[in-house]
Amino acid sequence: MSDVITKRTTRRSSGAFGDSVFEWLCRGAGLLVLGLLGAIIVTLFIGALPAFRHFGFDFLFSTKWNPVEGREEFGAAIAIIGTLLSSIFAIILAVPLAFGIAFFLTELAPQWLRRPVGTAVELLAAVPSIIFGMWGLFIVVPFIQNHIQLAWGEELSAIPLIGWAFTSTNYAGTSIFAASLVIAIMILPFIAATMRDVFEQVPAVFKESAYGMGATRWEVVSQVVIPYTRISVAGGVMLGLGRALGETMAVTFVIGNANRLPGSLFDATTTIASVVAMEFPESLSGSLQQSALLALGFILFIISFIVLAASRYLLRSRLKG
Amino acid sequence: MQNGFNRRSLMLGAATLPIAGTAMAQQATITGAGATFPRPLYERWSQAAREPLSVTLNYQSIGSGGGINQITARTVDFGATDAPLTTAQLTERKLLQFPTVLGSVVLSANLPGVADNALRLTPEVIVDIFFGRIARWNDPKIAELNRDIRLPPLPVSPAYRADGSGTTWVFTTYLSRVSTEWRNGPGAGTAISWPAGNGARGNEGVSNIIRNTPGAIGYIENAYAVVNRMTTTQIRNKAGVFLKPEMPQFLAAAAAADWSVPNFAADTIDLADPAAWPITSPTYILLPIDPPAEKVAASRNTMRFFDWAFSNGSEIAGRLEYIALPQSAHSLVRSAWANNIKDPAGAAVWNPTRR
Repeated sequence: MSDVITKRTTRRSSGAFGDSVFEWLCRGAGLLVLGLLGAIIVTLFIGALPAFRHFGFDFLFSTKWNPVEGREEFGAAIAIIGTLLSSIFAIILAVPLAFGIAFFLTELAPQWLRRPVGTAVELLAAVPSIIFGMWGLFIVVPFIQNHIQLAWGEELSAIPLIGWAFTSTNYAGTSIFAASLVIAIMILPFIAATMRDVFEQVPAVFKESAYGMGATRWEVVSQVVIPYTRISVAGGVMLGLGRALGETMAVTFVIGNANRLPGSLFDATTTIASVVAMEFPESLSGSLQQSALLALGFILFIISFIVLAASRYLLRSRLKG
Repeated sequence: MQNGFNRRSLMLGAATLPIAGTAMAQQATITGAGATFPRPLYERWSQAAREPLSVTLNYQSIGSGGGINQITARTVDFGATDAPLTTAQLTERKLLQFPTVLGSVVLSANLPGVADNALRLTPEVIVDIFFGRIARWNDPKIAELNRDIRLPPLPVSPAYRADGSGTTWVFTTYLSRVSTEWRNGPGAGTAISWPAGNGARGNEGVSNIIRNTPGAIGYIENAYAVVNRMTTTQIRNKAGVFLKPEMPQFLAAAAAADWSVPNFAADTIDLADPAAWPITSPTYILLPIDPPAEKVAASRNTMRFFDWAFSNGSEIAGRLEYIALPQSAHSLVRSAWANNIKDPAGAAVWNPTRR
């Protein structure tokens, strides 16, 4: 009898030991991620310090980017503006489309079609970004150049009030518009999937009641579904924005990489990620240029962090449920 | 893992070298990193040298800047760069710089109906184009140089390398040389702030803009232009002669340059020789002048490799559209090796004249 009891207690104690090992391993894994994140921020900041010290706050507002030896002058303004503009245009293009997809999948599509279309949208998210870059460079850019700029350029420029947005002397097709279009397609699945999920979470009883009172489909969506989900939808949009901001290769292919403020949709400009990707490999270690590039990375990190934090905040109720 | 392997084979090489003298049974590996421009040539040379020299070259084309960083940190046996380092930079890093071959930069334009090498451009027009001052191809400034060509009224779209590159350094050095305004404005460097046009990554990116955009013009590395059959242009050189971008004109530039300048930073841009193509530039190797004892064998093998390439590799270079250095430059480099690169005991690591 006593034999059995001792055996049981030893087994229990070894289980307790395993438990605490497992607990510490998991805690370690969690802390490792936190530590890595902190280390990345600190490394970026230390690397960026010489540039911040040299240019001060002007670094954020200067439009000069001159890596020529002996007259180095670096400012992040154009890269920041290019990043924000291309991402915001992409959101403007992607959100209505994503709304259409989500609405179709949750309200209109017959049951047998919902899964294949939903899967296709999710698969779009798995396409590597370089593929979008190639598609952008070989299909989108020539299309913009030949079928929009050369074919309709003068008519578009002649539109009163907004004509300036289409007036450009850049006829290469690589432009902020091309970049926005490519980013829009890339972030579409993220936004569409989030929207579909939150639309599905609207309690059926709300919608049924509205239909019961004789509301049309559009009235149900605009009066019930959207008001019920709007904060989560905004969170999904921010999630897409987060990805759009950091997109590198696909954007580099199509944006024209010019450190100039875009005066129209068809002008070339640049983004933080593409400047870093283009110039980092050739920058000498310890040079002011490398420090300025790290500073750009740090700024992008901060912008993305703010956007993602906002998206978590807006999505918190849905994530909890 | 790769490093471990290299070190082992290097040590074997070092062990066998004093005993076997010239004929080594074991393949020694030398590692280099740097400029992408000479990669195809160094790889061909490496294949050809494997048998006669028993030296295998492992060359990583990570870009000139990366090559300078790696050799400064001594993680490779030699670095390679397109833009030469200054005396101060070389002294600080304890490096010897020597050229291997030259490359040339050409302009390529997409003008439907205009034949290869038919378009004639002057330095002034080129500068205006890259400043964004010429709007259409039928501009009088271009038309008066090309009375026999029907120029289309297409918009002029300049294209440039957006990634830092030696090709950009060569081309912008040329623009700064022919135009005070360019020198004081955008200037010269591996990456600059371009006043007009579109940027793309690599020769292939610029070529892609040129191919896709009627009216585009951009600068590309000649070897790339030849292999990809890009439509190139004539350029008027300093002597006032319009030249097509072809090997005899490139070799004339190499021959006309003064190779006895410090650090071999020979000026081959916009030379006065009437036969010389105006935009050429040497590509360089950076070699530590103070190899520690365990690196002496690798340093010697690096010099043996390039010594072999100077004697036997010019034909390969020509076939790949690289411009071989003149004989006089080869002998200057050889004596620089003997005089500058010393082992810890102070003896010359490799003296090609006393073999």
